[in-house]
Amino acid sequence: MAQSSVISSKQTDYISPARRTTMGVVFLVMALTIWFGFVISTTSDALTTFVLYPGGSDVVVADLIFASRPILNILAFLCAGLGAYQLAKGFGKWTNTLLGVVAGLFIAAFLVWGSSGTSLNLAGLLKVAVVRAVPLTLGAFSGIFCERSGVFNIAIEGMMLTAAFCAALFGSLVNIWFGLFTAVLSGILLAYVLAVLSIKYKVNQIISGTVINIFATGITSFLSAKFLQRHSELNDSGRFTTWNIPGLSEIPFFGPILFSHNMFIYAMFIFTAVLTVLFFYTRWGLRTRAVGEHPKAADTLGINVNRTRYISVLIGGAMAGFAGAYFVLGSVGRFDEVMTAGRGFVGLAAMIFGNWNPIGSLGAGMLFGFADSLASKLAILKVPIPNKFLEMAPYLVTMIVLAGVVGRGQPPAAGGQPYEKE
Amino acid sequence: MEPVLELRGITKRFPGVLANDQISIDLKKGEIHALLGENGAGKTTLMNILYGLYKPDEGEIFVKGKKLEVSSPRDAIHAGVGMVHQHFMLVPVFTVTENVMLGDEYLLPGGLLDRKKAANRILEISQQYNLAVEPGSYIKDLPVGIQQRVEIIKLLFRHADILILDEPTAVLTPQEVNELFSIMKKLVEQGKSIIFITHKLREVMEFADRITVIRGGKVVGTTLPKETNQKQLASMMVGRQIELNIKKEAAVTGDPVLQVNDLKVLNTSHQVAVDNVSFEVRAGEVLGIAGVQGNGQTELVRCLTGLTRPVAGKITLLGKNVTHANAKTVKEIGTAHIPEDRQKDGLVLPYSIEDNLILNTWYEAPYARRNILQRKVILDYANKLVKRFDIRAPNALTATSHLSGGNQQKVIVAREFSRPIKFLVASQPTRGLDVGSIEYIHQRIIEKRDQGCAVLLVSTELDEVMQLSDRIAVMYRGQILAVVDARKTTREEIGLLMAGVKQAAV
Amino acid sequence: MTTSEQKQKKTGSFSIFIEEIRKNSLTVTILAIVSGLLVGGLIAAVTSENVYAAFGESFLAGIGAIFTVFWNTYKALFTGSVGVPADIIAAISSGSWDAINRSLAPFFESLVQATPYIFAGLAVALGFRVGLFNIGAEGQIFVGALATVWVATSLKGWPALVHVPLALLAGAAAGGFWGMIPGWLKAKTGAHEVINTIMMNYIAFRLSEYLLNGVLGDPNKATPISAPIEKSAWLPRLFPDPNRFHWGFFVALLMAFLVYWLLFKTTWGYELRTVGHNPNAARYAGMSITRSIVITMVLSGALAGLAGANEVLGVNHNLGVAFSSGYGFDSIALALLGNSHPLGVVLAALLFGFLRNGAIQMQLTAGIPIDIISVLQALILAFIAAPAIIRTIYRLKEPKPELETPAVETKKGK
Repeated sequence: MAQSSVISSKQTDYISPARRTTMGVVFLVMALTIWFGFVISTTSDALTTFVLYPGGSDVVVADLIFASRPILNILAFLCAGLGAYQLAKGFGKWTNTLLGVVAGLFIAAFLVWGSSGTSLNLAGLLKVAVVRAVPLTLGAFSGIFCERSGVFNIAIEGMMLTAAFCAALFGSLVNIWFGLFTAVLSGILLAYVLAVLSIKYKVNQIISGTVINIFATGITSFLSAKFLQRHSELNDSGRFTTWNIPGLSEIPFFGPILFSHNMFIYAMFIFTAVLTVLFFYTRWGLRTRAVGEHPKAADTLGINVNRTRYISVLIGGAMAGFAGAYFVLGSVGRFDEVMTAGRGFVGLAAMIFGNWNPIGSLGAGMLFGFADSLASKLAILKVPIPNKFLEMAPYLVTMIVLAGVVGRGQPPAAGGQPYEKE
Repeated sequence: MEPVLELRGITKRFPGVLANDQISIDLKKGEIHALLGENGAGKTTLMNILYGLYKPDEGEIFVKGKKLEVSSPRDAIHAGVGMVHQHFMLVPVFTVTENVMLGDEYLLPGGLLDRKKAANRILEISQQYNLAVEPGSYIKDLPVGIQQRVEIIKLLFRHADILILDEPTAVLTPQEVNELFSIMKKLVEQGKSIIFITHKLREVMEFADRITVIRGGKVVGTTLPKETNQKQLASMMVGRQIELNIKKEAAVTGDPVLQVNDLKVLNTSHQVAVDNVSFEVRAGEVLGIAGVQGNGQTELVRCLTGLTRPVAGKITLLGKNVTHANAKTVKEIGTAHIPEDRQKDGLVLPYSIEDNLILNTWYEAPYARRNILQRKVILDYANKLVKRFDIRAPNALTATSHLSGGNQQKVIVAREFSRPIKFLVASQPTRGLDVGSIEYIHQRIIEKRDQGCAVLLVSTELDEVMQLSDRIAVMYRGQILAVVDARKTTREEIGLLMAGVKQAAV
Repeated sequence: MTTSEQKQKKTGSFSIFIEEIRKNSLTVTILAIVSGLLVGGLIAAVTSENVYAAFGESFLAGIGAIFTVFWNTYKALFTGSVGVPADIIAAISSGSWDAINRSLAPFFESLVQATPYIFAGLAVALGFRVGLFNIGAEGQIFVGALATVWVATSLKGWPALVHVPLALLAGAAAGGFWGMIPGWLKAKTGAHEVINTIMMNYIAFRLSEYLLNGVLGDPNKATPISAPIEKSAWLPRLFPDPNRFHWGFFVALLMAFLVYWLLFKTTWGYELRTVGHNPNAARYAGMSITRSIVITMVLSGALAGLAGANEVLGVNHNLGVAFSSGYGFDSIALALLGNSHPLGVVLAALLFGFLRNGAIQMQLTAGIPIDIISVLQALILAFIAAPAIIRTIYRLKEPKPELETPAVETKKGK
C-alpha cells in the first residue's frame, strides 16, 4: 500500500471545477440540441400522440395528445436552466443525479420530436424495454455474485448460451420446468469450471472466462448442427406463459407494462430485492464482500476465502443459467446458434454501470433495455438516426462510465486476483 | 507461574531457507514480551505459525498449559490468541463495526446482521480500554493510528487475551507511539499478555518487560531491559560488534544544487500532501528529511524526481527550472533516485540484472545506437558493475527477482551511482535490509556526498537520518516545520517536531 | 489505495501470469495440444449415432465404433489439412504440375486459413507483452475489413502495385484506430481495456451491419454484403485454382519478423516490455506509460486490422457481416499457446490453420460439424493456461524453482 498522505481525513464528495463546468456545458448542449435539432424541425401545429396501453392489452387508456412544439420548448428550457445553475453554482454531490434528470428530459424531448405528427405507443415501448432488460439484468446479477467475491466473470455470455441450448433441448425432451432446471445446472457446471480454473489453478480470470466463451460457442453450435437442426422436434420447448398479476395488472398504464409478463420478468424484480438484502444485510453478504475486497483480512478472521468464492461463483453461474433459459423459455421457444448475441457482455456492462449493486444493475438493465426497445421502434418514428447507432448505446454508455466521466464506480478491490496464503 | 503461552522447538523451512530453527519462547500473564530481531530474522514467520497462517515443520505450542493445534487463524482466535498485523487487515470500504464483527457477526432473530448490538459492544470495549473510535465511520476515512485501534478492538471483541503486535510502531508518530504504549499498559493491567515484535532497540528498552532476541531463525538469548543496553542488544541482533555511528568528515558544502520554493503537491486522491514547502540542498551535503510515514515525503520525492507535477511553487535544479519537467529530463540533468519501494518502482523483477542496469540509459549511447540495443556493450557493462558493487548473483543474466533484498538494492545503487550525477534522492534507502547491507549503502551515500554530490535523504528511521545528515528538515502534515543542524540537534527535538510540536527557539 | 494504483497492480499480476505461462515446457505445450485433440475426438465419438448403435449390438462393437470414429475423424482432419499422401506421391511421380497443384491444395489451403490467425495472434501477443489484454481483435478485424473493402471497391483503375498496399494500409489504419480508443482510455483514465475492447467489438459489429446494409452494401443483393472488390486490389495468388494460396501469408510472416525485431532488438521494444512488466518502474525510468500503451494498442489493432484486410483481399474478395468466425477470440488461445512470442505465434497459427482447414473436410466426410474446432481450441487454451492440469494427468514433475535463496521477509513487500 502506498503511503498517500491524508491530511484531511474526511473524504468529501469532491467535484472538480473542471467537471462542474463540463457537466454544465453538457446540460446546455442538450438544451441547444432540443432547440436547434428538434424544435426547428417541428412544425408549429404538429401534434404528438402517445398511446398509453400496449397492443393487445385490455386495460385501455385514452391517448395522450399534445402540441409538440410548446412541450419541446419547455423541456429545452428546463435543460438550459439546470445547465445555467450548474455552471453558476453547481449541484455538488447531486451532479450525477442531475445528469440523469437532464438525460431523461432529453430522451423525453427526443420521443416527442420523433412522434410529432404521428403517434407512438409509449406503453408498448416501455413494456418491451422491461422485457429486454431481463437477460441484461439477470446477467448483471450473475456478474455481481462473482465479482463481489473477487472473481471476474466475463463468461456470462458463454454460460447463458449453453443454458439456452439446454433449455431448448431438455425443454423439448421433457418439459419446460426440466428445461429450466438443466439450464440452471449447465450454468452452475460452467461456473464450476471457471471457479476451478480461476481459484484452484489460479489461471488469469479473463482467460478462464475466454475458455468458457469459446467452448460454449463451439459446443452449442456443434450440438445444434448435429442434432437440433436435423430433428426439429428437439428444438421446440414451448414457453412460460404470461401471467397477469390479479389486481396489479389492471392499473392503468403501469399495469400492462409491469404486471403482465411471464415469470422471468417477475423473477428479475424479486431477485433484485433478494440480492440487495443478501449482500448488504446478511452475514453471508458481509463475508462475501469482505472476501472480494480484502481476502487476507477475511482469512485472518477465519473466513475460508476460496470456499466463499466457489459458492459465490456457483450461484453466479446458476443466475447466468437462469438468464440463459429466458432466451428460450421466456422468449422464442427455440434455440438458434449464438442467439445470446452479446447480451452477456451487455449484462456485464449493466453491472459496471450499476456500480456492482443489484438495484443499480436493475436500473442499468432497464436503461439498456429501453435503448434496445427504442432502436426497434425507430423505423416507425421515421427519425433520421440509424437504429444500429442506438443499439450501440449500451456499449458507449459503459465506456463513458468506465472513463470516469460521470464519476467512477467502486469495483471490489480484490477482483481478478487469485488468493494465495503466503 | 505457568506461562500463558509457550512455544517449544518451532522449526519452519522454506525452499532453501531455514526460517525458524528450534525456537522456544514463553509468555507470562500480564507481560509485555518483546521479540527483537532484524529484518529477515524470522520473527514474522514465527508469529504467523502461532496464528495459524503457516504450519510449522516441527515443534509444539501450548496455551495455558494446553497443546494448541492451529490450522487456521480461527483456531488461534478461539484459543484466545489474536494478532495485529504489520499491514492492517481491515476492509477500507467497510465501517468499523463491520470490520470488527466480520467472522463473528451478531445476528437478529431473522438471520439479518445486528449492527447495532455490535456497535454497542465496540463502544463498551473502547471505554474499558481507552480506545476511542466511532463505530459508524468507514475505515478508509480514518488515520492509521485509529485504524490500529480498530485492529486491537477486533481482538478484544473476540475475547483474545494473548495479543501479538507485529511492528506496531512503524507507521506512528512518536506521540502516537506513546499513546499505543499506554494502551498496551492498560491492556496488561487488565490481565492481557502481549508479544511485541520489533527491530527498534529504543522501544524495547523503554517498554518491554522481557526481551528475546532472534537472529537467523534462532533464539540468541532472553534478557531483561535493566540487565542490558542498546549496544549489547544490537550486537546480539546482528551477531557481531557494529558501529552504531558511521564515520564521516564535516561537510564541505558548495553552491545550491536544488532549490525548492513554496512547493505544493497533491496526492492521488487530490488532497494537499505537500504544503508550501521551501528548502535547498547544496553540493556536498546531506539534507535529511525526517518525519513519520505519510506526512508528504512520498509526494515530495515523486514531485522532485518528475513523477508528478506540483500545483504551485518552483523547483530549480542546477539553475534550470524543472518545476514541470518529466522524470527523463530531471534524470538527464543529473539526478539519481533510489526509490522508496525498490520492487515496485526501482526494478523490473523478471528482467535480468543486465536489463535492470540500463533502466535509465537504455536509449543512450553506447547502450543503443540508432534505436538498436547493443547487447554486447550492455553485458560487458553489467559484468563490470556486478563486480564493482559486489552484487551476489551467479551472473549478470540472473533475474533480479531471484536476488535478496540487499542485492536488489545494490543493483539500484549500481545503476544510479554509475552515472555522472550531481543530485541524489535516496528515499528509504535501507528499508527492510540486513545490517550489512545497511552499512554498505550508508557508506556509498556518504562517499557520493564527499565527491560533491548534493544528497536528499528521506527516511522514517530517525536514527538513519541523524547519522547521515548534515542538516535535518522535519516534515509534518505536508509542511517542513524546521530545518536544523544535525550536529546540534537532539532526538527529543526532532521527535517533538515529528509530532508537530514546533518550538519557538528553533 | 487509489484506483489507478490498483489498476497498475492488476496489470502487474497479469504480466506475472503471462510470465508463468511462458515457463511452460515444450512437453506441456505438446501434451496440451494432444489432450485437446483427444478430448475433441471423444466428443465426436459420444455424439455419434453409430457408436450408440454399435453399443446396442455388443460392448466390443461399441469400442470398435469409437475407434472407427477416432480414426475417421483424424484421418479426415489430416487429409483435409495436408492432403492425401497417396495422391501427392502419385501426382509428383506423374510430373503433371496441375496434378501436383491439386494434390497439395489442402496443404496450401491450411496456410491460407492460418494467415489471419498469424495477424490476429500477433495482435494479441504484442498486447500481452506490454501487459495489455486486447480482447477486441475481433472488432478490429471487422473495422479493418470495412476500411479495406471501401478502398478496394471505391478506387477503380488503379495499378495493383499501389492498390493492394493502399487497401492493406487502410485496414491496418482502421484497426489501429479501433485499438487506439481503448488504449487511450486505459492510459488516460485507467479504464480497463478488457471491458472497453469488448464494448468496441460490439460497436464494430453494429457499425459493420449498418455500413453493409447501407453505403458499403451491394445494392443488388438482399443480404448485407459488400460488392466484390476490384481485381486490382486482390492479393495475388501464387498458384492456379483451386489453390488459393496468396501473398498475404508472406505479409503475415514479415509482420511476425517485424514484431520480433521491434520487441527484442530495439529500444522501443525494451520500453514497451518494461511498461508491460512494471509500469511503475517504467515511469520511474522516464518512460511514458501513456505513449507506450497507446502505441501498443494502435499496433495491436493494426495487426488485427490486417487480418481483416487479408481475408477481404486474399480470400473472400468481398465482405459479409459474418465473415470473421471468431478469429479474434481464438487468437487469445493462440497467443498463449505461442508463448506470446512471434515465432511461437506463427507456429500456433499454423496449427490452428491446419485444424480449421481439416475441420472443413471433417464436416464433409465424417459428418462432424466444424464448430468442434472451437471446442478443441477452448480445451487447448485451458490446458495451456492451467499447466497443472496437464502435469496431474500425465504425472509430470513440477519444474524446479530456480531460486537460490528467496528472501522470505522481503518477499512480502509488494
